[in-house]
Amino acid sequence: MKKIVILSIVSVLLALWTGTLAAAPPKVGGPLSDITLSAPKDSGDKDYLGWGWGNSFKIPEIKAPYVLIEIFSMYCPYCQGEAPNVNKLYAKIQANPKLKDKIRLIGIGVGNTAFEVNTFRTRYKIPFPLFPDADYVIHKQVGEVRTPYFIGVKINADGTTRILYSQLGVLGDVDQFLTQFTSLTDLK
Amino acid sequence: MKNHLSRFSGAIGLVILILVWTGSAFALSDAYKNNIYSPGLLKPVDSVLKVKVGGPAPDFTLPAVNGKRVSLSQFRGKKNVVLSFVPAAWTPVCSDQWPGYNMIQDIFDDHDAVLLGITVDNIPTLYSWTNQMGQLWFPVLSDFWPHGKVARTYGILRSDGVAERALFVIDKKGIIRYIDVHNINQRPPLEALVDELDKLR
Repeated sequence: MKKIVILSIVSVLLALWTGTLAAAPPKVGGPLSDITLSAPKDSGDKDYLGWGWGNSFKIPEIKAPYVLIEIFSMYCPYCQGEAPNVNKLYAKIQANPKLKDKIRLIGIGVGNTAFEVNTFRTRYKIPFPLFPDADYVIHKQVGEVRTPYFIGVKINADGTTRILYSQLGVLGDVDQFLTQFTSLTDLK
Repeated sequence: MKNHLSRFSGAIGLVILILVWTGSAFALSDAYKNNIYSPGLLKPVDSVLKVKVGGPAPDFTLPAVNGKRVSLSQFRGKKNVVLSFVPAAWTPVCSDQWPGYNMIQDIFDDHDAVLLGITVDNIPTLYSWTNQMGQLWFPVLSDFWPHGKVARTYGILRSDGVAERALFVIDKKGIIRYIDVHNINQRPPLEALVDELDKLR
C-alpha cells in the first residue's frame, strides 16, 4: 500500500514537472514547434503575411514557402544592436525579385508585452511584423534559446514544416547570410 | 507513515519547484553568455516600505560608476526622477531591466524625467556588469557603503542585504508620485512605468 501511494505521488509530480519542461532547441531537419501567434493589427503586416485568418494563426499559414523567425527581446542588448542589421536583411530580401515573395521575416519578443514589442519596433523602425510572447509560451516551445536566435523554416505544400537554419547569435554580414540561407532553399 | 509520506512528497515538491524555476527565462541575451548567477526563486517582497506616495522622497548622495557623485536634490525643480532599484548585479531579471530602459531615453526625455539606476553592489562590480549592457545613458549609482543605506531609508532593503526590485517616480517638487516594489522574481512591464510618467504631465 505504502509503495503504491508513493509511486502515485511520484507519477503525478513527474507528470506535472514534464508538463512544464521546455522543448529541445530547434533542430535542423526537424519540424518547427506548433507555434500560435496573435493576429497582427497593422494592415501592412497582414498583407505581408498573406492575411486570411482569424484572431490567431500558425506559422505554416503564412503565405510564403520560407519563413525566417528572429527570437529576440526588447531587453536584450545584442538584439538591440542587431536590429539595424535585421532591417537591412529585410530590405535585401524585398529588393530581390527572386526572394521578395518567397521569404517572410517575423520577430517574436520573448517575455515582452505587446507594448514592449511595439516600443522596440518604433525605436528601431522595424518594417516586418513582431509578435509578443509575454508569458514565454513560445519561448518554451523553441527550447528556451538565448537571444537573438534565428530559425529558418521551409513551409511545405501540405502544411508541414522543416527547419533549415537554427542559430544563436547575430547574423553578421547580411549578404553572406542571405547567400548561405538561400543555398539551403530552392531559391538559389 | 503519514509523516514519512508528507516529508517525502514535500521534498519532491521542492525539487520540482527548483527544476521549474531553473527553466525560467530572464537575462537571455547572448551578451551575458554564461555569466549570470541564478539565485533561484526568492520571496517576492522582503521588506517594509518607509516612504509613501504623496510624501517627500528622502534625499541621498551616492557615487556613480562614471566617477561622479549624484544627489537626488540636484534635480529638484528641474526634472522628474525615476529611481530604479534592482537587487544585484549579474543576476537574471536585473540584467534585463536596464538594457530595456537604455533603449527608451526618448520616453524619459519626453516626460522631462531622468533615470537613476541603483543597486547595493560596489562600483567595480557595477562597472563590469553595466559594460555588458552597452553604453548606458543614465547614471548607475552604488548604495554599497554604508551598505544599503539609501535602500534602508526607503524601506526596500531585504533581509539578505540586497535591495528590492523597486521603482519610484518622484516629481520636480521632490514628492513621490508612484511606488512599485515589484515581485523580485519578475520584470516590471514597461507600460506601467510609462503610464505613471504620463500622469506627471
